Amino acid sequence: MRRLLAVLLENEAGALSRVIGLFAQRNYNIESLTVAPTEDRTLSRLTLLTEGDDEKIEQVTKHLNRLIEVVKVNDLTEGAHIERELMLIKVRAEGNGHREELYRTCRIFRGTVVDVTPDSYTVQLTGPTKKLLAFMRAIGETSILEVVRTGVSGIGRGDKILEL
Amino acid sequence: MTEMLSGGEILIRALQDEGVEQIFGYPGGAALHIYDAIFKQQKVEHILVRHEQAATHMADGYARATGNPGVVLVTSGPGATNAITGIATAYMDSIPMIVISAQVPHEVIGTDAFQETDMIGISRPIVKHSFIVKTAKEIPWLVKQAFYIAKSGRPGPIVIDIPKDTTDPNELFEYSYPESVSLRSYKPALKGHSGQIRKAAVALLKAKRPIIYAGGGVVQGAAEDELVAVARLTGFPVTNTLMGLGSFPGNDPQFVGMLGMHGTFESNNAMHHADLILAVGARFDDRVTNNPAKFCPGATIIHIDVDPASISKVITADIPIVGPAKPVLAELHASLQAELANHPFDKSSLEAWWKRIGQWRDAHGLDHDQRRRKSESGQLLPQQVIQAVYRATRGEAFVTSDVGQHQMFAAQYYKFGRGRQWINSGGLGTMGFGLPAAMGVQFAVPDATVVCVTGEGSFMMNMQELSTCMQYALPIKIVNLNNQALGMVKQWQDMQYGGRYSHSTYRDALPDFDQLLRSFGHHSFTARTLDELDAVVDEAFSDELKDKLVFINAYVDPDEHVYPMLVRGGALEDMVLSKGVA
Ligand SMILES: Cc1ncc(C[n+]2csc(CCOP(=O)(O)OP(=O)(O)O)c2C)c(N)n1
Ligand SMILES: [Mg+2]
Repeated sequence: MRRLLAVLLENEAGALSRVIGLFAQRNYNIESLTVAPTEDRTLSRLTLLTEGDDEKIEQVTKHLNRLIEVVKVNDLTEGAHIERELMLIKVRAEGNGHREELYRTCRIFRGTVVDVTPDSYTVQLTGPTKKLLAFMRAIGETSILEVVRTGVSGIGRGDKILEL
Repeated sequence: MTEMLSGGEILIRALQDEGVEQIFGYPGGAALHIYDAIFKQQKVEHILVRHEQAATHMADGYARATGNPGVVLVTSGPGATNAITGIATAYMDSIPMIVISAQVPHEVIGTDAFQETDMIGISRPIVKHSFIVKTAKEIPWLVKQAFYIAKSGRPGPIVIDIPKDTTDPNELFEYSYPESVSLRSYKPALKGHSGQIRKAAVALLKAKRPIIYAGGGVVQGAAEDELVAVARLTGFPVTNTLMGLGSFPGNDPQFVGMLGMHGTFESNNAMHHADLILAVGARFDDRVTNNPAKFCPGATIIHIDVDPASISKVITADIPIVGPAKPVLAELHASLQAELANHPFDKSSLEAWWKRIGQWRDAHGLDHDQRRRKSESGQLLPQQVIQAVYRATRGEAFVTSDVGQHQMFAAQYYKFGRGRQWINSGGLGTMGFGLPAAMGVQFAVPDATVVCVTGEGSFMMNMQELSTCMQYALPIKIVNLNNQALGMVKQWQDMQYGGRYSHSTYRDALPDFDQLLRSFGHHSFTARTLDELDAVVDEAFSDELKDKLVFINAYVDPDEHVYPMLVRGGALEDMVLSKGVA
């Protein structure tokens, strides 16, 4: 089962390496990981995508909590939440017909063309992972030159917040 | 007036303010400012070891005997890496320890400087937490946090890595030591959940075939009295893990012995057939559960542990209780007393249960095996050596051990009366632990009788410390169960590899231990027969040699195996009981 964990972490040197080390050491996998400081500069927030059944995720959560620098852990997939990922994708865009079709597809997916050359577009796209994958399918593998994805960031819906 | 101190002096002052009396260490370039600060004061005594691994085991033994963190000081690079085995040993057994490793100066970190090693990185998976010092000013705060984290919750080792520039004697800073510490990201449980405890009490009252399974957490949490109280109130049988031995009196009629890999026939069977298991401060280690899929099929499991991550890690608990053993057991006791008013114990079922346990004990208990073996073998048996030592020390000694058959014989045949009395590397199984651990105990409790039960293989892994023992006049009694082989390895090769002794023997390459010990200024005696053994043990523990280190080199039957032994992949009731009989 796919799980999205939100982790509040002391914003200190070495803290992130402990989180990553824990996953390696305990043989848990990390599908994607995003991290940046929050509005409180002393805290970082991580969104970590992993796989596992309830028991496994309980263990992961407990072990994360055991790290001294981890302040809070929340399994976002347990409740209603929002997931977003940003992708920068460079695609081959040659010949008028092809370029227009690409542009249309891009608009359908609410992407933005952020750079243009005579042979390529660079498109910025945000959304849930599913949408990014659908976009890649829509333009076709052969058109894709380069893909950069940030990994998923997540936040709970409604008034619920992850705080100290 | 505020005091102005250098980083090195601040470190040592902070240790003084933390109440540290002894530290175990070994100097080197990056640590020399710190060593100079040690030289200029008297309150913290530094013990000079012969190998940094031994320093960590000494600090570990010190901590296990007292409950207070042991402190280690090593230099950068090889000093730090030599400490790794001891840190891992402490980590696996949840022992509070502070390891101060010197580091190359900040300006050369990352350049592969002489004796640079990434100690924080290397030690990360085997520490509870670690710090690298950025400026001398933060040293008091880091030391304060280190001790607090090491001791509280589930204890563990902490590394403080100190780059040399932060200990510069020419840079002075104001010193003050923080009074208290509180961390927003670290809040260990201080008591258990009352609702869960009440649920546990109700389950205990309904039990027909209960057993209390108590581990090292009872010792660490100083909950021995509370454990005894619950056992008395319930009348339930009690088994201990290897780490928990001593938390319940080994001679008590309610004690059914150790469980697990080399546990007693009665305890493993009682576990397997139990309908209720009260696990306290134990972590369902694989040496205990055997095959988790076949583990205690009919049992409701109550699991008390201070570390939530230990609960339901291997075996799912029906009633988990997160909290320190002491307050949880005390509350459980009170809760039981309250519930007893409207629900008595199932007396007749309990009687029948004890009868069954008695039958197991009579059929294959340890003493039974002893009687049989005594008559069969002309040679000295390792079990007899432990029993002789038990008698000579009236069961009161601190006993440390190394790892191997001798460790299991000590665990089985020395009946420990109190927590902290039995000190061994249960989790990591570190050969070479026994002697330095015994030294740490002797430093902590100078007047106590301290016995190190070892095997010749393990002993040779840290015997350089005999020199340290000479320097500090440590009167340890070392009991070498000399089977002239890596006995435990050999036993597995007997049982699983058709007796092919691949690299487990070295019979003709062993030293003359008596001469070896004497060269270090110690006493040593050899025993080959039961009569010799009695004489040697009497002498070793006599008043004349009370202040001396004495080594007993007991040649024991090299073909002896440790039994019972769990059948690999089986349940707890599946045991091999003697050679050739499964
Ligand atoms: C550092 C280390 N290396 C290897 C082992 C694997 N090992 C476990 S027991 C054992 C044999 C120990 O021999 P000895 O100390 O003579 O004890 P005996 O079993 O003979 O009583 C070995 C090699 C270990 N536990 N620790
Ligand atoms: Mg041996």
